[in-house]
Amino acid sequence: MTTIELRNVSRWYGNVVAVNDVTMSIEPGVTGLLGPNGAGKSTIMHMIAGFLPPSRGELTIGHGSSWRNPDVYRQVGLVPERDSVYAFLTGEQFVVSTAKLHELPDPAAAAARAIALLDMAEAADRKIATYSKGMRQRIKVAAALVHDPEVLLLDEPFNGMDPRQRLHMMDLLDKLGSEGRTILFSSHILEEVERLSGTIQVVVAGRLAASGDFRAIRRLMTSRPHVFTVRSSDDRLLASTLIRGTPIAGTLIRDTSAGRPAVTAVELTRAGLQVRTSDYGAFCRDIAVLARDHDIRLREVLPADESLESVFAYLVAD
Amino acid sequence: MFNTTVAWITLRATLSRRRALLFALPAVILILLTVALKASHPPMQLWPSHVLGTFGFSVLIPLTALIIGTSVLGAEIDDGSIIHLLATPVRRSAVVVTKFVVATGLTVVFAAVPELIAALISGGGSVPGPGDAGLVPIGAGSFAVALFTGALACAVIYNAVFVMVSAATTRAIAVGLLYVLVWEVLLSNFVSGVKLLSVSHYGLGIANGLASDPALEAGLGVLTSVVMGAIVTVAALALAMNLLSSFTLKGEPA
Repeated sequence: MTTIELRNVSRWYGNVVAVNDVTMSIEPGVTGLLGPNGAGKSTIMHMIAGFLPPSRGELTIGHGSSWRNPDVYRQVGLVPERDSVYAFLTGEQFVVSTAKLHELPDPAAAAARAIALLDMAEAADRKIATYSKGMRQRIKVAAALVHDPEVLLLDEPFNGMDPRQRLHMMDLLDKLGSEGRTILFSSHILEEVERLSGTIQVVVAGRLAASGDFRAIRRLMTSRPHVFTVRSSDDRLLASTLIRGTPIAGTLIRDTSAGRPAVTAVELTRAGLQVRTSDYGAFCRDIAVLARDHDIRLREVLPADESLESVFAYLVAD
Repeated sequence: MFNTTVAWITLRATLSRRRALLFALPAVILILLTVALKASHPPMQLWPSHVLGTFGFSVLIPLTALIIGTSVLGAEIDDGSIIHLLATPVRRSAVVVTKFVVATGLTVVFAAVPELIAALISGGGSVPGPGDAGLVPIGAGSFAVALFTGALACAVIYNAVFVMVSAATTRAIAVGLLYVLVWEVLLSNFVSGVKLLSVSHYGLGIANGLASDPALEAGLGVLTSVVMGAIVTVAALALAMNLLSSFTLKGEPA
């Protein structure tokens, strides 16, 4: 069981502060490092991974520092964000060579195990240059896992993956976390974190904005209404249905966490409906069912202000 | 210190890049030039020493070493693939030494061996004899061995310098090219004090120590060349190890 500790860690580049006085403890299990682009997630990841020294503060993995300490990689696996792998090698050669660099007693067996874990056995003898972005991401994870590390760091691991690959990766990380490994992944996509992580660290503008159980923080986030623009074949009927529901049970969209109606306001405009809802997921899922039940054809459902920046700004303002 | 897996990856990476096509270009030019001069000049001339010595040691070898020396480390730093080596328990010193050895080996193949071949084709150098004796020939074999030994020394020292430059800056090729053209080609041949810090003159000093050929215009004695070459190599590698130990990935500022 290995814990990552950051105590009053700051990192600046000249006059620009990238990470400001962050204190966090990342325990065994899966932890999501969440924040909008440019928030400082990668800087924190790089410092934890030993590729950037903190300008101030203390950072440890287990009992040692990761900066200028290659021995730390015996217990740490790293999946960098940058899509840079040795494209001239086959997937198997890449993972086997990583196993050799870790001086494992049986590199071939360790590589076969890691490749199978990532469901890459069929493509293992192909050159990485021929892989899709999602496959490259998976072979990078296989290489990071080849030495069975206690700690796995993944920087935006779901980039480029298709939905099936994402689900597979999420299940794998979930399994690794439940085995007692410390898994830290960064993401700017709320839904990825929602699906995977019980614990999150939210970083906004270089500061730790929230830390702890995902559901509690998500409730804070979802208490802010989401705004959608909806166009349909019958906006007026859809508006009344969204607000009033119908006598048919189950047709009123409900906030999954609060149990109350999720749609809080509907405005009929020339561009269509402006709908305010407290539950992003429930609204996206149920509006299609509601429309079908009332013979309404949906032409457009667009989140009007769903940028993470605005969500995080709301969270920080709270 | 030498890691065979790092060496294997480095060799594959270096030879798989498009830049590898350039490795043989300076050598081909040198050999074609030698063949043309041999065909157009009568025997007993000074051109082999000038072409294979001055041109070979201050242009051919440094340019080849520059392309190779910056490929083995600099290209991996540029494309970010180096992180897969550095995120392992392999000592950064072992990464530097291994990449340096691979670069030196490739430079020997693409620069020192062509020097040897060109020296053999040239038929050997000629030196002015005592009094009115005119030009006295140096056997092709001993001339070629002398140049090959000097070229080996140059390959070692230049690659230590260029591996260090790759660890120090992301503009390694530009910095290295500037260094070769300004320092090795221009200043070291026209400013006598600069010879003490010129890698091409270390090589020429060692070659001249074996061939005793004044036409090589070596600015340094063999002992000075060996000692200075060793100091520069060790210092450059030590600096490269330290720089790579502090290798950083820049995150995005908030």
